[in-house]
Amino acid sequence: MNFGSLDLHTTWFILIGVLFTGYAMLDGFDLGVGALHLFAKKDEDRRILLNTIGPVWDGNEVWLVTGGGALFAAFPYVYATVFSGFYLAFILLLVALIFRAVAIEFRSKQPMRWWRQLWDVGFAAGSILSSLLIGIAMGNIAWGIPLDVHGEFAGTFVGLLHPYALLLGVTTLALFMMHGAIYMVMKTAGELHDQIRGWIKNCMIFFIVCYAITTMATLLYVPHMAERVRTHPWLFGVVLVVILAIANIPREIHRGRDGRAFISSCLTMAALMALFGLEMYPHLVFSHPDPAHSLTIHNAASSPKTLGIMLTIALIGIPIVLTYTISIYWIFRGKVKLDKTSY
Amino acid sequence: MDLLLLSRLQFAATISFHYLYPPLSIGLAVMLVIFEALWLKTNNPLYHQLARFWTKVFALTFALGVATGLVMEFQFGTNWAAYSRYVGDVFGSALAAEGIFAFFLESGFLALLLFGWNKVSRGMHFFATCMVCLGAHFSAVWIVVANSWMQTPAGYHLVETTLGPRAEITHFWEMVFNPSSMERLLHTLCGAWQAGAFLVVSVSAYYLLKNRHVAFARTALKAGLTVALAAALVQLISGHASAAGVAQNQPAKLAAFEGLYETTSNAPLTLFGWVDESTETIRHSVAIPGLLSWLVHGDSRQPVRGLCEFPPEDRPPVQWSFQFYHGMVAIGVTLIAVAALGFLYFWKGSLFEHRWLLWVLVLSVLGPQLANQLGWFAAEVGRQPWLVYGLMRTSDGLSAVVPAEVVLTSLILFTLIYLLLFAVFVYLLNDKIQHGPDDTDLTPTGKLALPTRA
Ligand code: HDD
Ligand code: HEM
Ligand code: HEM
Repeated sequence: MNFGSLDLHTTWFILIGVLFTGYAMLDGFDLGVGALHLFAKKDEDRRILLNTIGPVWDGNEVWLVTGGGALFAAFPYVYATVFSGFYLAFILLLVALIFRAVAIEFRSKQPMRWWRQLWDVGFAAGSILSSLLIGIAMGNIAWGIPLDVHGEFAGTFVGLLHPYALLLGVTTLALFMMHGAIYMVMKTAGELHDQIRGWIKNCMIFFIVCYAITTMATLLYVPHMAERVRTHPWLFGVVLVVILAIANIPREIHRGRDGRAFISSCLTMAALMALFGLEMYPHLVFSHPDPAHSLTIHNAASSPKTLGIMLTIALIGIPIVLTYTISIYWIFRGKVKLDKTSY
Repeated sequence: MDLLLLSRLQFAATISFHYLYPPLSIGLAVMLVIFEALWLKTNNPLYHQLARFWTKVFALTFALGVATGLVMEFQFGTNWAAYSRYVGDVFGSALAAEGIFAFFLESGFLALLLFGWNKVSRGMHFFATCMVCLGAHFSAVWIVVANSWMQTPAGYHLVETTLGPRAEITHFWEMVFNPSSMERLLHTLCGAWQAGAFLVVSVSAYYLLKNRHVAFARTALKAGLTVALAAALVQLISGHASAAGVAQNQPAKLAAFEGLYETTSNAPLTLFGWVDESTETIRHSVAIPGLLSWLVHGDSRQPVRGLCEFPPEDRPPVQWSFQFYHGMVAIGVTLIAVAALGFLYFWKGSLFEHRWLLWVLVLSVLGPQLANQLGWFAAEVGRQPWLVYGLMRTSDGLSAVVPAEVVLTSLILFTLIYLLLFAVFVYLLNDKIQHGPDDTDLTPTGKLALPTRA
C-alpha cells in the first residue's frame, strides 16, 4: 500500500468515500429522527421532530444519489456488480426510502388520526429499514462476497444475511439513532428537549455496545480488514479519534452544549468511515473466498480520461454545493417553531 | 416469463411513473418564477397568493418526483448490469453531473422556497425560486443528454478491458452535444412547460366554472394560457426538428414512426392508420402524398428510406412505434388549437361565457401528460432492438445474475406501491384544489410585508 502517490484512482476512491460520508453524516440524522420519532407521543411533538429535518432531508438524500452516480461513473464495475448482486436488498432499500420520502410529505396534509399514524409508521419503518440495509451492504463489502472471474456476483440473497453483515446493520442503525437524537436535541426546546436528552443516553449505550462487538468481530473474523491495522499501527490513531469523539458526546450534552455534541457525533462518523476506507484500500469489493477476483480501484475503474473529466466536474461542483448547503443550514439554524408552512 | 421482457416492463413502468412528476415540477417551477416576478414588480398581493398556492402543489409533485427518481438512479445497476459495465465510462458521468449540478441545487433551494417565506426577504425568496427552477431544468439537461447519447452515440471509442469490452469517452463535449441531444432537450422541456402551464390553466378554469376564487383564477389563467400557447407552438417546431434528426440518424426508427416500408421519393405523410405487419402495409390510412419527403428534406422529390432496407432483426416494433408517435403528434396539434382558442377568447374577454371551452380547458391537463408518455414510448420503442443505438442490443444489457422470478417480484412490488402512491397523490391534489388559496396570503406578513409608507 502506498498512500503517497495521489493518482486519479486513489482520488476517486477518496471522493466516493467523501460523498458517502457526507451522506451518513447528513441523512444519517434524518434516518435517526425517523427511527426515534414514534417515541414522542403527542402529535405536536411529532410534528416538531419532523420539522427539524423538514427543510434539509431532501438535500441530504442527494448525497446518496450523487454518490451512486459518481460510483457509476468512476467505478462502473462496482456499481454493476454490487447493485445487481444485492438486487433484493437494494429493491428493499429503495422501497424503504420511497416510504420515508412520501411519508414526510403526506403526513401533515390531513388531520385524521389514522392518516397521521399510518404515515408515522411509514416514516419510522422506512427509516429503520434503510439504516439496517445500508449497514448490511457495508458489512458484505467488508466481509467479502463471492465473485467470479468476470467480477460478477456468484452468491445468493440469503447468503448476504450472514451474522457479520447483520451486526453491521444493527450497528449502523444504532449510530444513526444516536446521531439523530443529538440532532433533535439541538433543534428542540422545552419539555421535548429534556425528553430527548434521555433518549440520547439510551442510544449511546446501544451504539457503544454494538460498536464494541463489531470491532471485536472484525479483528477476529475479518482478517483482511484487521490486517491493515496490524501492519500500520498508526491507524490506531484513527480508532483513538473515534473513541475520544464518542466520549466527548455525553460530556457536551451534560454541559448543555448540544451543538458541540453534534459536531462530535459527526466526527465519530467521519472517523469511522475513514477507518473503513483505510482498511479497504485499494479494494472496493472483497471477493470471498477467492481474493484474486476482488474489485479494486484499478480493475474496476473508468478510463483516466473520464476520471479526469469527472474530477473537473467535482472541483467545480463541490465548492458551489458546499457554499449554498452551508448557507441554507445557517438560514434554518436555531430551534424549530411550527408555522403555516411546516409539515 | 423471460428476464428480458420483465426487465423491460419494470424499467418502462418505473420510468413512466417517474415521468408523471418531473414535467409538472419543471413546468410549475416556471409558473412560480413568473408569479413571483410579477409580484415583485407590481406588488399586487394576488400574485403572492398565486405563488403560495402553487408552491404547495409544487411541493407535492416534487416529493413524488424525488421518491420515484431514486429508483431510476439505481436501476441501471440492479437490472442492466451488463449495460452499466459497457457504458459506465460515458453514461455515468452525465448521471453524476446531474447529481452535482442539478439535484443539489434544486433540493437545496427548495428548502427556502417552501419554508423560507418568513425567514428571508422577498428578493432572496425570488432568487431561491429561480434556482429551484434552474435546478429542475438542469436535471432535464443531463438526463436527456445521457439518453440522447444512447440514441445517437458520439465522442467515444470502444476498448477491450480485462473484464470485457466497453465504450470510453474520447471527447466530452461531443458526447454532451451528440447529434440529437439539443433538439430532444428543447422538445422535452417544451413538453414539461406545457404540463405545468396546462395544470394551472385547468385548475383555474375549474374555479371559474364553479364561480370560486374568481379574481385569483383569472389572473392565473392569463399567465397559464400564455405559457401554454408559446410552449405548444415551440413544441411543434422542435418536434419537427427532432423528426428530421431521427430521419438522418436513426432511419429505421423514422420509417417505423411513419409506417413506411418501401424507400420512395415523394413519400406520403400518413395522418392515421393501422399497420399490418404481415403484409407490410398500412390499412385504413389517410395520407398526404409527398409531405413526408418535404418535411424531411425540404423537397418532395427526395427519397425517404423505408423499413425494407433493414434486416428484420434490426427493425423496431412498427405498430407500437407508429401508434405512439401518431398519438403524440395528434395531441400536440390539438393542444395548439385548445391553447389558441382559449387565448383568443380570453383576449376578447368572452372566455368566461363559453362554458364548453372552460370544460375543455379543465380536461386539457391530460393532454401534455399523455403526449409526454407517448413521446417517450415512441422514442424508446423506436430505438429497439438497440439499447445503445448500433452498439449494444437490449438483450445484451441485462444483469446476468438476477433470475426472472426475482424481477417479477420487484415488478409486482413496485406496481403495487406506485398504484398506492398515485391514489394518494390524486387524493391530496384534489384536496388542495378543493381547499383553494388561503385568503390570509393576500396580506403578506413578516419579512414579506410590503414596506409601510410612513
Ligand atoms: C407535451 C408533450 C409533447 C407533445 C405535445 C409533442 N411531443 Fe414529441 N416528444 C415528447 C413530448 C411531446 C417527449 C416526451 O418530450 C419526447 C420523448 C423523447 C424526447 O426527447 O422527447 C418526444 C419525442 C419526439 C420525437 C422522437 C425523438 C427521438 O426519438 O429521439 C419526435 C420525432 C417528436 N417528439 C415529434 C413531435 C411532433 C412532430 C409533435 C407535434 C406537435 C410532438 N412531438 C408533440
Ligand atoms: C432513467 C432516467 C432518470 C433517472 C436515473 C432519474 C433520477 C432521478 C433521481 C435520483 C431523482 C431524485 C433527486 C433528489 O433526490 O432530489 C430525480 C428527480 C427528478 N428528475 Fe429524474 N431521473 C430520470 C429521468 C428523468 C427525466 C427524463 C427528467 C426530465 C426530463 C427528469 C427530471 C427530474 C426532476 C426535475 C427531478 C426533481 C424532482 C421533481 O421535480 O419531481 N428525470 N430523478
Ligand atoms: C422519462 C421518460 C421516459 C420514458 C417514459 C421512458 C420509457 C421507456 C420505455 C417504455 C422503455 C421500454 C422500451 C422497450 O422495452 O421497448 C424504456 C427503456 C429504456 N429506457 Fe427509457 N424512458 C424514459 C427516459 C429514459 C431516460 C432519460 C433514459 C436514460 C437516461 C432511459 C433509458 C432507458 C433504458 C436503459 C431502457 C431499457 C432498455 C430498453 O428496453 O430499451 N429512458 N424506456
